[in-house]
Amino acid sequence: MSSFGSLRHLKPGESGTIKKVIATGELGRRIRDMGLVTGATLLMMGRAPLKDPVEIKLKGYNLALRNNEADHILVEQAEL
Amino acid sequence: MLKQNLTIALAGNPNSGKTSMFNALTGARQHVGNYPGVTVEKKWGQARLDHRQINVVDLPGTYSLTAYSLEEVVARNFIIKEKPDVVVDVVDASNLERNLYLAVQFMELGVPVVIALNMVDVAEKKGLHIDEEKLSRLLGVPVVPTVARQGRGMKELLSAAADLVSHGNGWKPLQISYGQDVDQALLKLVNNFNGQSLIWHPLSPRWVGLKLLENDAEIIRQVEQDPGLAGNLSPLRRELAERINKTLGDDPAGVIADYRYGFLSSIYRQAVEETRAQRLELSDKIDKVLTNRLLGPLFLLAVLYGIYEFVFWASETPVAWLEVFFGWLGGAVHASIPEGPLQSLIVSGVIDGVGGVLGFVPLIMFMFFAIAIMEDSGYMARVAYLLDRVLRSFGLHGNSVVPLIVGGGISGGCAVPAVMATRTLKDPKARLATMLTIPFMNCGAKLPVYALLIAAFFAARQAEALFALTLISWSLALLAARVLRWTVLKGETSPFVMELPPYRLPTLRGLFIHTWERTWQYVKKAGTVILAVSVLMWALMSMPGLPEEQAAQWEARVAAAAGEEARQELQYQQAQAELAHSFAGRLGSALSVVTAPLGFDWRTNVALVGGFAAKEVVVATLGTAYSLGEVDPEEASGLSGRLAREPGWNPLMAFGLMIFVMVYAPCFVTVAVIKKESGSWGWALFSMLYTTGLAYLLALLINQGGKLLGLG
Repeated sequence: MSSFGSLRHLKPGESGTIKKVIATGELGRRIRDMGLVTGATLLMMGRAPLKDPVEIKLKGYNLALRNNEADHILVEQAEL
Repeated sequence: MLKQNLTIALAGNPNSGKTSMFNALTGARQHVGNYPGVTVEKKWGQARLDHRQINVVDLPGTYSLTAYSLEEVVARNFIIKEKPDVVVDVVDASNLERNLYLAVQFMELGVPVVIALNMVDVAEKKGLHIDEEKLSRLLGVPVVPTVARQGRGMKELLSAAADLVSHGNGWKPLQISYGQDVDQALLKLVNNFNGQSLIWHPLSPRWVGLKLLENDAEIIRQVEQDPGLAGNLSPLRRELAERINKTLGDDPAGVIADYRYGFLSSIYRQAVEETRAQRLELSDKIDKVLTNRLLGPLFLLAVLYGIYEFVFWASETPVAWLEVFFGWLGGAVHASIPEGPLQSLIVSGVIDGVGGVLGFVPLIMFMFFAIAIMEDSGYMARVAYLLDRVLRSFGLHGNSVVPLIVGGGISGGCAVPAVMATRTLKDPKARLATMLTIPFMNCGAKLPVYALLIAAFFAARQAEALFALTLISWSLALLAARVLRWTVLKGETSPFVMELPPYRLPTLRGLFIHTWERTWQYVKKAGTVILAVSVLMWALMSMPGLPEEQAAQWEARVAAAAGEEARQELQYQQAQAELAHSFAGRLGSALSVVTAPLGFDWRTNVALVGGFAAKEVVVATLGTAYSLGEVDPEEASGLSGRLAREPGWNPLMAFGLMIFVMVYAPCFVTVAVIKKESGSWGWALFSMLYTTGLAYLLALLINQGGKLLGLG
């Protein structure tokens, strides 16, 4: 069983594959510049002390983004 | 044929080691300036290859070449307009796929590219084996492995760049497929280009078409200025973009980005062998602790406290030396020039004024050194990560932390480099809000004012008082930012998408260069503006002199004084009379109507007016106004004793004065830098007026409120 949802809902330690990036304009560009594109796999590393932003690992590097930006990224959670 | 005077442009992602590369290539032969018309820093220098001199221009670090950020536009325009012979793209070998995204955009543009495959040692350690030859063949550009931090591969890199210029084919745009729909749309756009597109040399029609589909504001603007193109292309561009959006459910920019990554991902799979699965690196393990919910904030507090302790501990001795040196210099000049206006000008105006500022250089330098360690080690990005949520509530951004700390957030920074450091903020409104609240921080120049007043009125609780002032300055800065973002700087916050680079041990060389650059900005301020303003303040405070007959009366009274003590007291009264008569004294008296409710008398007003030149001047001026002995800002113990005994001075008024000094108009140099960085005199003026207004209100509230509560 795999589940499908926004990046925000991944828990630390869970990984997933990006299914779609729903963002245009500057945000879309910034997200894609950082390698968050369809098909990329990522690992949720954790959250900042106030639960926001989140830290993920993809393509061998670490990236921080805010929850409301993570909402624009749909991921399919990898089976455990 | 060997081309003389080769120019290479150094490009790359932030954190790819580009700065180390630039330092390794150019050594000490560096220059810093700005790109014309914008506040993006431009660095250039010379490298040597055998007997040839090679010019190296350091482009701003970027992830992409779009028109969304100033840095990217600057980098792109430099390449299009200045046409460097070759672009050396520094890529982080341990993070190759994403780093190549920028390289592919240079290749699409068509400029000759050499890839510096940097940090290959780190990549090996991570279990990545990169076949450089294969990578070079697949990409169609030379690839040179380097370790810039150790200076490895620099000669090979320069040779490859020189070879490419001698034997390469010049500009040759890379054509990759972006899928059937985009490719067809591009073809249609290119067919609508006519002969006039030749003025776009060296850009290829396909590249211009690609940017039009990507909705690139800069290129669209240029096309619309080109009468031969605009009529046909603009409607067609919109129509094609619309169609792609309908068929693929994504805007063309997104589709194009996906295909670029697809192209890279296939090359990556062929050229890179991952000898073991991705695992948690040492850096991730450190992060588990340093960004932990409980330990993270505690560690951050400990780091900030540690910096505070370190800076004061390390700078104590050199500051004392400088104090002795300027004291000696003043004494020597005093002795060698006959008494009179010239002696007074050089000793009181130049040496005391500039010495007062230069005396803080060690403190500022160690502060910048500590900040450089935080930046170069990668911890500063974590600070932004930890604090983004908090700062966002006030309309700021995680990255606002750095400028606020540089400006004196921990105590003892300088607003000048801090305002410049706001360049890292991409969101123009958050950037302005940061810029306008930096002056509330307790910069190095305010510290002597606090030290003086705390010693005089809060001597029993010195450390607590200073700590309270730090808390007050942060609270005021955050609240002011919130209000600014609700009123004059209303608007959405821009995205926070930030790389957290792996922790690295900073190199000494990098630390020295970064410390030096910022310290030098401060020293330049002392050498130029403060020198001029010190002389001006001296003139205002000593001219016009007392009328001759009054002056003679004073001389006679001093000469007739019985005993040393009485003589000193008379000299002090004479100095005061002289000051009261001067331009500055008259200005101070005129202002006392306004400042009386705050408890400030005319002498304090003179000092505060002087403080607009530089906050250091406040203490020096108070010294003059209350004794006109040569009062050194660092050696004000005599002065604090006098103030404590002075009628009209009490802890309440002193507290109000400290808050006033914290908040009122930033110094002249900071205002000039705000003008430069915000590009408008309007904001510079605003930064002076709103702060002074707020300072007045706060001091009024403290003084009158305190009296009501019976504290005065």
